[in-house]
Amino acid sequence: MKRREALKTGGSLAVIAAAISAGVLPQAAFAQWNKGAFDAKNLNDVVKAMGGSSAEKSGDIAITAPDIAENGAVVPIAVASKLANTESIAILVEKNPNSLAAQFDILAGTEANVGTRVKMGQSSNVHAVVKAGGKYYVATKEVKVTLGGCGG
Amino acid sequence: MADPMRIRATLKGDTTEVRVLMAHVMETGQRKDAAGATIPAHFIQNVSATHNGKNVLNAYFGPAVSQNPVMNFSFKGGAKGDKVVITWTDNKGDKRTDETAIA
Repeated sequence: MKRREALKTGGSLAVIAAAISAGVLPQAAFAQWNKGAFDAKNLNDVVKAMGGSSAEKSGDIAITAPDIAENGAVVPIAVASKLANTESIAILVEKNPNSLAAQFDILAGTEANVGTRVKMGQSSNVHAVVKAGGKYYVATKEVKVTLGGCGG
Repeated sequence: MADPMRIRATLKGDTTEVRVLMAHVMETGQRKDAAGATIPAHFIQNVSATHNGKNVLNAYFGPAVSQNPVMNFSFKGGAKGDKVVITWTDNKGDKRTDETAIA
């Protein structure tokens, strides 16, 4: 039991250390990389870090992801938004150490339909946060993971 | 310099579908090596895509994006032979730019 507790404590220390070292690294080249949003731990904090107050649920956002992912290291997730004037799409994994996985700016002429692959430590809700017309909308889908993606 | 990306841009009707496969370790900064030392985070932070010099997509990745990230997107207004250029930059300042022609 003690060993397990030691591992847990070590893990959380590593998270803090990683956060600190990330802050020290030169970030000048990534003025647009939203550090606050990528450090946030939950949906509300991510939306706040992006400059919104809260996200409204929307049925116009479709998340394409497996119901059960066998390998948490590679979970394909695609998000399509039918909301008018979609400006950005963000993919969040609720139970990862930091929720925000990826954010896409949808520029003029680009379709509000993006996909990537993310790591998931455990079964969790996946949120898609869409910024459209200055407001934030969210859709959620649960993805079950049989093998976590954080052990390596 | 990192390995080249694989980019495929296909014209479907008036929409160009782009698939990008980037070669990158995407280390989270949470794993430990055999000696118990934390492996420092090393991941792609910014990806930008341009079509004939016009920016069509900017993506920001956190360490939770999978190793060798894949990204799909599509945009309107491409034509066969047009140039699609993808550039990524990681948290250590490494960058890589590759281009392809729309097929």
